Amino acid sequence: MIESLFQNILNALQWGSFYSLIALGYCLVYGVLLLINFAHGDIFMVGAYISFFVVTFLLGNFGLIPGLPHWAVLALAVPLVMILTAGVGVTLERIAYRPLRRKGAHRLYVVITALMCGLILENGNLALLGASRRNFPALVDETVITVGGVNMTVLKLAVIVVAVLSFLFLRKVVVKTKIGMAMRAISYDKFAVPLMGIPVDTVIVFTFVLGSGFAGLAGLLFAMTYPVLDPYMGAMIGWKAFIAAVVGGIGSIRGAFAGGFLLGFVEIMVVAFFPSTFRDLIAFTILLLILWRKPTGLFGVARRTKI
Amino acid sequence: MALLEITNLTQYFGGLCAVSDFNASFEGRELMALIGPNGAGKTTVFNLVSGFYQPSEGSIVFGGVNTRGMKPHEVTGLGIARTFQNIRLWHDMTVLDNIRVSQHYHLGYGVADNFFRTKRYRQREERIESTAMEVLEALDLARFASELPKNLPYGVQRRVEIARALSLRPRLLLLDEPAAGLNSADVEGLISLVRWIYDNYDIAIWMIEHQMQVVMNLCTWIKVVDFGSTIAEGTPEQIQNNPDVIKAYLGDDTI
Repeated sequence: MIESLFQNILNALQWGSFYSLIALGYCLVYGVLLLINFAHGDIFMVGAYISFFVVTFLLGNFGLIPGLPHWAVLALAVPLVMILTAGVGVTLERIAYRPLRRKGAHRLYVVITALMCGLILENGNLALLGASRRNFPALVDETVITVGGVNMTVLKLAVIVVAVLSFLFLRKVVVKTKIGMAMRAISYDKFAVPLMGIPVDTVIVFTFVLGSGFAGLAGLLFAMTYPVLDPYMGAMIGWKAFIAAVVGGIGSIRGAFAGGFLLGFVEIMVVAFFPSTFRDLIAFTILLLILWRKPTGLFGVARRTKI
Repeated sequence: MALLEITNLTQYFGGLCAVSDFNASFEGRELMALIGPNGAGKTTVFNLVSGFYQPSEGSIVFGGVNTRGMKPHEVTGLGIARTFQNIRLWHDMTVLDNIRVSQHYHLGYGVADNFFRTKRYRQREERIESTAMEVLEALDLARFASELPKNLPYGVQRRVEIARALSLRPRLLLLDEPAAGLNSADVEGLISLVRWIYDNYDIAIWMIEHQMQVVMNLCTWIKVVDFGSTIAEGTPEQIQNNPDVIKAYLGDDTI
């Protein structure tokens, strides 16, 4: 009994890590622009596909650099995937969101644009690569280690550690660095920022780089953990991560992180006690109750410490 | 070479001509006022000078550089700082942080420096801190350094906003209605503060102001605009007795 509890906690931590990593991206962009970037889940999907191509490429399956050891492939894949996915996020910002911002469009239109961008990414992927699922090549040793009756793999632990480190990194960037300070300043009053000599667009691009980069990292880890990719994989997990960010208190880095893990826990624990078809029903009822009690989310204060 | 040279500045918003054929020039250090009834186009002139709008026609040359096509942060980089009609501080960052944000960009360091706490990082951080505190102390605001602006009295918020602009070490300071919403004691304080800044910094000051007490006390040259056009300019005495100005402010006596 106690083993199964620990097992469930570990699974929940891993599952929550994915939600957290994606929720952090929602939170960063929302914190700076007050824009809910609904394309973020699909950026995660694109990240997973980029991982697929980068890893296949590095493994020599397309005839390049054959015989590279797996650890080296992984070490190269992480930065490459993050950079390329960040590129996708920044491209979206450049071609979709920035022109609207320039024309002073209401936020609602930008949010709708984000929804459309998500659909374009999904269906673009479908058109380009077809509906067949892709199998992600195995990269790490998947031997199951059993400690006191709890089964774990190196990958499972690595996912949790990466999520925690990403959170600490982002928190430090936002609180301590000059660009983080500028991000907070933009969220309070965008108008005054350029007149203090700070280039607003550069700061916004940096925000998208951070958010999308970590979505790419989540995509890579997700593909390694659940090695089947399809174009719609980002839609549901993106929605859920967004809900997690809201329940945590959108705009607060801590809230997004905690919200992701909270959702992970609720989902896994529901499945542990109820039939798995009840999972989303019960999970979201619980989240609804939390918002009902505290509409600003766990760590959110009404329009205060954004981001 | 003039510090600021504005020639034939014109701005249309759709069919509305907000500023029409506006000319002004700062030869060097001057304390100039821009006055006129509400909606006369004064703030539009400031928004054009600080790079917020691109002028429909005409040119703005600051320190020999034509600012056409420049973004607001680039114009700020040339040495123009401003305050706003309605105070635009970052209300949930401390007073010190408000000033550090802009300092950070000028004495910045990379993200890597920050993570590895390099010597450069520590030195810069100390310099930013000390420059920010210097400005706060000069404006008698040091005791509010760790307060949030939204918890401070209005008059103090005004001073913080001026301090934030000054911390950029501008050559031209634009003050948009600095006395708006201040009580008479605060207005006295503001007059001596602006005078003190003008005397102690190597800076030209251009202000939009409605309170004649402030304008007449401080400024050596006054420009009056109405409906986007300049209707008069001159010394305070000349303006006080100008019939066109009186008409613009008080209306025509023939009804």
